[in-house]
Amino acid sequence: MSYEEDIRQDTIRQFDFLKDSFKVIRPRRLSAEVARDRFSEVFDFLVHREKFNTLCTITGTDEGDDLGFIYHLAREGGITLNLKTRAPKADPVIRTITAVFPGAEIYEREIVDLFGARVEGLRKGSRYPLTDDWPADEHPLRKDWKSEENK
Amino acid sequence: MHNSHEHEHEFKIPLGPQHPALKEPESFSIALKGEKILGVDIRLGYNHRGIEKACEERTFLQDVYLLERICGICSHSHSTAYVQAVEEIAGLAVPPRALYIRTLIGELERVHSHFLWLGVAGHEIGFDTLLMYTWRDREIVMDLLAQLTGNRVNYGINTIGGVRRDITPEQGKDILAGVATLEERTKYYIQIATEETTIVKRLSGVGIISKEDALRLGAVGPTARASGVDRDIRREDPYAAYAELDFDVITDDHCDVYGRTVVRLKELMESFKIIRQIVAKIPDGPIAVRAPRKIPAGEAFSRYEAPRGEDVHYVESNGGEKPERVKVRAPTLANVQTVKHMLKDRFLADMPIVVAAIDPCFSCTDRMVGVRHLDGGKKETMAWESLRSFSLGWHRARGFDVAIAEKKLHNLIKTQKSPA
Repeated sequence: MSYEEDIRQDTIRQFDFLKDSFKVIRPRRLSAEVARDRFSEVFDFLVHREKFNTLCTITGTDEGDDLGFIYHLAREGGITLNLKTRAPKADPVIRTITAVFPGAEIYEREIVDLFGARVEGLRKGSRYPLTDDWPADEHPLRKDWKSEENK
Repeated sequence: MHNSHEHEHEFKIPLGPQHPALKEPESFSIALKGEKILGVDIRLGYNHRGIEKACEERTFLQDVYLLERICGICSHSHSTAYVQAVEEIAGLAVPPRALYIRTLIGELERVHSHFLWLGVAGHEIGFDTLLMYTWRDREIVMDLLAQLTGNRVNYGINTIGGVRRDITPEQGKDILAGVATLEERTKYYIQIATEETTIVKRLSGVGIISKEDALRLGAVGPTARASGVDRDIRREDPYAAYAELDFDVITDDHCDVYGRTVVRLKELMESFKIIRQIVAKIPDGPIAVRAPRKIPAGEAFSRYEAPRGEDVHYVESNGGEKPERVKVRAPTLANVQTVKHMLKDRFLADMPIVVAAIDPCFSCTDRMVGVRHLDGGKKETMAWESLRSFSLGWHRARGFDVAIAEKKLHNLIKTQKSPA
């Protein structure tokens, strides 16, 4: 069995509900989707037990009624895992992962600015990348926000 | 604020937003106690241009040209990272010859970038002779890139499904000749950097970050490898033609600016090795396959070892002509977060070389144009030239004399056999 399959088997043995969503896409590429309320435990398991000790970045997405968050994790052997979760736009709150990955701060701030997410536990600091005078209700990477030339 | 009984003052020195050494804007806010840095706040975003949004409003093919322009130095890195993702989603079998050409351009880009960096680093410590020689040498590789692609930067060599231009045997000969000269020069720079005591001392013990902290804070590329982190995307997640090429991943255990210098110099030697293999082994065949206008629904995560470190692109297609989502995380965004750590408890005079040593590209990192007006009344604001002059004077007063290194470098270059 490949490393990728090993990781998949280990993880679904621990979390049965991931059975269908945890996929080996191709060598060195894994993907899984987890509900927000189970995110922490799955994340901790993958980072500490399955040794995904690198965070490449976090991608925010506009999923219509929800905001999506894809955590791009990586480990030895060049194996990456896209761990996705969602939060409704009515309650677009996630918890910070900066205790585990201090470098996540800038990626979390980016999602706050560009998607209007709220990240619990994120310490006070400068926003990124928008200016301080940017209108509070405008989130440029949401699908309903149009740039000037496209309005 | 000013107590005449205290001879140590704590005050903040904002630097920027039109930042110094780095010709793109960035903002550092430094808390200083006497001469020591207590803390650094970094404000990014001045160069943010809304490129990810712009990608959603253009076709997949138009985005190749857009993304290439994130940065003039790592342009091929972004272009390749992106097309790889799109090609994976579309299930395209890129011809081997195209992969070799992509790799060739990528390594030539690494060479020009590292030569550029050597000059910048030299400039930061007052070693302008190094700047002049390395930027002169860099013209060899810029000429090769212009010859191969038509451009010195933003090469436009990639298309979805392959590359747009082939290389000829004559160009192969020119490449080998250029690499021979560059390799000879690089050996001189290695000698100066590693054997000239004044330079070694100047760069050592500055900008320290341990291996554990480099990993914890997410450092990438030469910045991480100089702290012993044995990671290079070309080896562990091979793309383009790297799986078929023989090269070493360079690491160093000094954990400081000296280590970062050594890593980049030795990486240059590995790049020359790779380029020679490509010219020798490049397979025959077509240089592109046709790509559909509409990319099937799907997603892909692509990683590329840019000169500055890991560059990642995530692309999602909804089955249409324009991407649903394009996410880019350039290497500098990962590395800039280590700068605070490197500067803590250090002297203000160390700042220029420490920042320069992560080889920052704020164009890769910040992609929105913002305008900030400096408050003319602020007394603590220090213009870059002032900080650099201060740094040069500070080190000179402590015995750093670049004249010896300059003389040595002049003499070494005079002994060269290759044509200028």
